[in-house]
Amino acid sequence: MHFLFKTRYEQDIALFKHGGQRFWYAALAVALLAAPWLLSEYTLSQITFIGIYAIVCLGLMLLAGFTGQVSLGHAGFLAMGAYTEAYLQAHGWPFVISLPLAALVAGITGIMIGLPALRVKGLYLSIATLAFGFILEQAVVSAEGITGGNAGLQLDKLVIAGVDFDDGTNFYYLVTFIAVLCVLGVLNLLRSPTGRAFVAIRDSEVSAQSMGINLAHYKTTAFALSAALAGIAGALYAHKIRIITPDQFGFLQSIELLMMVVIGGLGSIQGAIFGPAFWFLVQQLIVTGKDWLPPELGQQTGLQPTIFGIILVAIVLFEPLGLYGRWLKFRTFLEIFPFYRKGMFKRQKSYMKSERMK
Amino acid sequence: MLQLLQLIVSGAAIGCIYALIALGFVLIYKATETVNFAQGDLMMIGGFIGLSAMTVIGMPFALAFVVTIAAMALVGMGTERLVLRPLLGQPAFTVVMITIGLGYLARGVVTMIPYWGTETHTLPVPWKDEVIWIGGEGSGLVVSVEHLVIILATIALVALLYVFFRYTRLGIAMQATSQNQLAAFYMGIPVRRVNMLIWGLSSAICGVAGLLLAPITFVHANMGFVGLKAFPAAVVGGFGSIPGALVGGLVIGIVESLAGFYLPEGFKDIAAYVVVLVMLVVKPNGLFGENLTKKV
Repeated sequence: MHFLFKTRYEQDIALFKHGGQRFWYAALAVALLAAPWLLSEYTLSQITFIGIYAIVCLGLMLLAGFTGQVSLGHAGFLAMGAYTEAYLQAHGWPFVISLPLAALVAGITGIMIGLPALRVKGLYLSIATLAFGFILEQAVVSAEGITGGNAGLQLDKLVIAGVDFDDGTNFYYLVTFIAVLCVLGVLNLLRSPTGRAFVAIRDSEVSAQSMGINLAHYKTTAFALSAALAGIAGALYAHKIRIITPDQFGFLQSIELLMMVVIGGLGSIQGAIFGPAFWFLVQQLIVTGKDWLPPELGQQTGLQPTIFGIILVAIVLFEPLGLYGRWLKFRTFLEIFPFYRKGMFKRQKSYMKSERMK
Repeated sequence: MLQLLQLIVSGAAIGCIYALIALGFVLIYKATETVNFAQGDLMMIGGFIGLSAMTVIGMPFALAFVVTIAAMALVGMGTERLVLRPLLGQPAFTVVMITIGLGYLARGVVTMIPYWGTETHTLPVPWKDEVIWIGGEGSGLVVSVEHLVIILATIALVALLYVFFRYTRLGIAMQATSQNQLAAFYMGIPVRRVNMLIWGLSSAICGVAGLLLAPITFVHANMGFVGLKAFPAAVVGGFGSIPGALVGGLVIGIVESLAGFYLPEGFKDIAAYVVVLVMLVVKPNGLFGENLTKKV
C-alpha cells in the first residue's frame, strides 16, 4: 500500500500519483506498442475495435459518469462523425483535416441536443436525447444524396501522407494513438475547472448552481465534448468497417454503448476502457463457446443479448462501481491483506431523494 | 374530409396503445419514481403469453385474455420484488439502467424460448380483418374492427381504472403512495406491497395493450420498440399525470397518422419524437403536468 505524503499542491493534480503507477502505465504503453508482433491479425483487429469503442465510451463516460446526464442517443453522434468523415473523404479532404471536422460536426450536433438542457433536466433530457437519436437516424436514411440512404456508403482506403493505413498494424497504431490522446485530454479536462464543474453538477445540481456554476452552459459543454469524442470514434469506425449504413447507428447501439459504460464502471476513466474491452472479450467467448453448447442453445441469436442483459443486471445489482470497482476492491484487498473489511466501498444510501415537490 | 376522419380514427387507435403503455409507466413513475424503460418489452411479453395461450394451449380468446392479464401481473410483481426492490433509494440513473438492461434481456430471452423465437406470429383474434362501414356501405367511413376494439377496450379499461382508483381501498392506497410515500407509510399503508401491486397493475395494462396491438403489428421480439413512443406520449401529456398519458397517447397517435399521409416518407416514424422535442422546448411540463420544482 502506498502512503502518499503530499507536500506540494501539484501532487493533487498530478497525472500519476506515484512511481508504481508510472511503472505500470509505462509497461502498458510498451505492451500496446509491441502488440502487432505478439498478436494475430484477428486479435489486433478486435483490439482496434476496442480502441474505437473506448473513445466513444470515454465521451459517454464524461457525460453520464462525470456530468450525470444520461444520453440515449449517442449512436447519433457516432453516425454524424462517420458520415462526415465518409463524405469529406469522398470529396478529397485529407484525414488530418477531416477527422477534426468530423469531431466538430458531431460536437455541434451535441450542442443542438444539449440545448433542451436550457429548459429541461434529468429524465426529460434523456427523453430528448432519445428523440434526437431517432431523428438523426431517420435523417441519415432520408438524406440519400449525401449518405446513400439505406444502401450505405463505402469508404476508400485511408492514406495519410503517402502511408497506407488500410493495413491492420498501421491502423491499430493510429487508433491507439488517438485513443491515448483522447484519454489524456479527458484526464486533463477533469483536472480543470470545467471538469470540476461537471462533477459538481453530477453530485448535486442545486448545490452546483448555488456555487455559481451555470448549469445550462456546462451541460451543453459536456454534451458537445462528449459528442465530439463520439465523432472522432465515428470517423475511425467508418474507416475500420469501410461500409456504413444507418442501421449500425440505431437505438440498440446507443443502449449498448451505455451498457458498456455501466459495465466498465461509472465515474472512472478506466471504466470507459474496461467496458468495451470486456464487451468484446465476452462476445469472443460466446462465439468460441457456441460450438461447445448444445445446438438448441448455441445457435440461438438471442444468446448474446441474454448474456449481456444478465451481466448488466448483475453488475447494477451487485457491483454498482462496475468492473473497475471490482478491480479496486481486489487491489485494496491485496494491498492491505489481511485487513480488508466488507463495507469499505459501500455506497451511501440516499433514501428517496425526490425530484417532485412534496 | 372523409379521408381526414379516416386518418384520425386509425391514428387514435394506435394512439390508444401508446396511451396504455404510457399509462403503465406513469403509474410506476408516480408511485415509485422509477422510469421503466422496459415497459414496451413487458407489452411484448404480454403479446407472446396471449399467443401461446391461444395457439399452443388452444384457449378461446376471452380466456387467453384473462390468463395474459394474470400472468403479466405476476411478471410485473416478480420484477419489482426481485430486481427493483433491492435498488430502493439508489440514484435514478441506476434504476434507469436496470430497466434498460431488463428490456435488453427480455428481447434476448424471448427469442430463445421454443416456439416464440425470432419469427413473427399472428394472433388469431375473432375479429381479424373485418371492417365496419359507418354512414353507408361503400361511401362512408371505413373502420377496421381491430381499431374499433382497441378504442373501445381502452375506454373500458380507463373507466375501470377510474373506478378502481376512486372507490376501492387499494386504489386509494395507491394514490396515497404516489402522492407521498412517507405520509402513506405513516397512515399504515404497506408502501412496499402497494408498490409491488402497482408494478403488477402496470404490467397487466401492458399485457392488454400487447393483446390489442397484436392483430395489427403481429407478435415478434422487437414489438416492444413501440413502447419507446409511449415516452413522447407521457411527456406531451405531462409526466406523472394519468389523464395526460391518455391525451398524450392520442395526440402522438393522430399526429403520426397524419404525418404518414401528408408528409414525405420517413416522417411517420419520427413524428412522435419531433412533437416531444417541440413540447420540451415550449412547455416542458406537458399539457397536464404539475410544476416540477426540485427541493434540496
